[in-house]
Amino acid sequence: MDRGLTLYLARRIGLAGLMLFGLICLTFVISNVAPSDPAALAAGPDAGRSQIEQARREYGLDKPLPEQFLRYVGDLAQGEFGRSIATGRSVGTDLLRYLPATLELCILAMLIGVLVGVPLGVLSAVLKDGPIDHVTRIFAVSGIAMPPFWFGLLLQLAFATGLGWLPTSGRLSVMTLPPDPITGLMLVDAVLRGQWDVFREGLSYIILPAIVLSFPCLASILRVNRGEMVETLRADYITAARAHGVTPWRMICVHALRNAMLPTLAIIGLRWGWMMSSTVLVETVFDWPGIGLYAVSSAIAGDFKPVMGVTLIVGLNFMIASLIVDLLYGVLDPRLREG
Amino acid sequence: MTALLEIEEYRLAFDSFDGSAAVLDGIDLTIEAGSTLGIVGESGCGKSVLARSLLGLNPSPPARVASGQIRFEGRDLLTLRPAAMRALRGRRIAMIFQDPASYLNPVLSIATQMEDAIRGQDAAAGGAVRARRAARAHAHSLLGSVGLPDPARLLASYPHQLSGGMRQRVLIAMALAGDPTLLVADEPTTALDVTVQAQVLALIAELVRDRGLTLMLISHDLGVIAAACARIVVMYAGTVVEDAPTRALLEHPLHPYAQGLIAAVPDLDRPEITPRGIPGSIPSLLSPPSGCRFHPRCDRATARCAAEKPLLRELLPGRRVACHHATP
Repeated sequence: MDRGLTLYLARRIGLAGLMLFGLICLTFVISNVAPSDPAALAAGPDAGRSQIEQARREYGLDKPLPEQFLRYVGDLAQGEFGRSIATGRSVGTDLLRYLPATLELCILAMLIGVLVGVPLGVLSAVLKDGPIDHVTRIFAVSGIAMPPFWFGLLLQLAFATGLGWLPTSGRLSVMTLPPDPITGLMLVDAVLRGQWDVFREGLSYIILPAIVLSFPCLASILRVNRGEMVETLRADYITAARAHGVTPWRMICVHALRNAMLPTLAIIGLRWGWMMSSTVLVETVFDWPGIGLYAVSSAIAGDFKPVMGVTLIVGLNFMIASLIVDLLYGVLDPRLREG
Repeated sequence: MTALLEIEEYRLAFDSFDGSAAVLDGIDLTIEAGSTLGIVGESGCGKSVLARSLLGLNPSPPARVASGQIRFEGRDLLTLRPAAMRALRGRRIAMIFQDPASYLNPVLSIATQMEDAIRGQDAAAGGAVRARRAARAHAHSLLGSVGLPDPARLLASYPHQLSGGMRQRVLIAMALAGDPTLLVADEPTTALDVTVQAQVLALIAELVRDRGLTLMLISHDLGVIAAACARIVVMYAGTVVEDAPTRALLEHPLHPYAQGLIAAVPDLDRPEITPRGIPGSIPSLLSPPSGCRFHPRCDRATARCAAEKPLLRELLPGRRVACHHATP
């Protein structure tokens, strides 16, 4: 690896560290301005004034704010997110339990978004102003405009209630035993364990929420990719490639797409970040046992440690995504490899 | 000599919301096999569009062929099917471009771009497609043949790592990949430094001589054209106004526009003569002047010039001019 790339990486990682610190400050502030008294919650609904004060001392909530903040950061450094009042477990344990379900849903949704969005974007650009371009335009606008919870309900009505082809909600039927975890991603585990019937069932449960989650993401990938492809196909180097006899297929899929993928990649990274946060709505509609549902049920109960934990995870995910995008930029564009 | 390329009454329009622009208005010219022809004119006179027409590179829409023929080796290029056109690109007619920085793909290595061109030409010809390794070996020898040192290192590099002169040599090497008959060079030296310009021109002249190429060189720079071409066609606003052997044109231009062009070139030997510009500017092709397109800028214009389009006529043997008032 050359020196330029190392420097580029170091700068990116340093920036990510700063952002992480900002994020930690933010979650701390949110937990302190939230209109609920964590000590009263921890002590329980029937606790008296003295019991609440005791809980306050126990959790260190009587200490000055800077000291509380340092403790919060120290705990986080040890992977300690605090305790959830609703589940009674540590938030870290809960997150490990719910995160894989969310990741599985997001990965599948992103795969759909990229594998459908990019080719459709290319096709619309190549056949610009043709019927396919018009259809994908309508498709993309509705993808961006439709609220996911409403679209989710529609799909449930059509495919689960109406046609009865797919289950309404959940991750697996209560009668089915999930595969022993290897990766935590149930579909992957089912394949690794060779349990194909579980895989098929899992797929029938995940497909609707994944489609709902992927739709806005697919739509924006499609539009950005189409726009960039239209631009790129007009570039001088594409004219030159045609003049030199490069085959049309290779010209579109390598010479043009490689250039158009740079801005598309930025959108994919952003969308991955947004996806982790918009999964809250989708998981609620489809009763998907991920961190979104966990955050919502905790927030309703006024239980703020889990919400802080989820916020931190979602933010961290955003940062990792943009870091990976920056790295891929360097892979795709040789000009960035030399600082 | 036989004609390699014959362009007859070629009219090309660009359609837009504002109307249809007659970018090329009845082009007539012939290139003999093995000869060198220069096309000179101001930017916007349609010379690049004409060059691109040979390889079907003008985006359509907006470009629309209104009439005419471009016969290359007896076949009309304007009615070729896309596959037949692809088989010509690089193998029969090759092209080099103005700004090598923007005509090389910024994210692909030189090796990938050259291999893709070589293999694409193989595929279009319908024969066996060379393996990447064989294509790369061919690319290696091509880079060597245009005087580039260390081709192996060059193949592994990306366009931004090369100088302007090197990039143009790479593009020239690419153009030679299919061993073409006709080389179309569209302003190949315009974006380069003067010293590099001379080297690139010398290289083109050498390749033309050694490989027996037919050259169509397009430039707004009369000096560049005069150095490389035996014959010159002067274009103005989408029309051919004069067609003459280089020496004859430089010494005794017949068309007022050609006279103006030559008077506008500074003469290093006689610095006391201030070069003269041509008054006015190139007309809008959406609503071109009636009759002779040059008449609003011409000091010899009469009522006839505004009413009647002058035909390109042979005024002297081997010299054609489109002007009502030109005299031998």
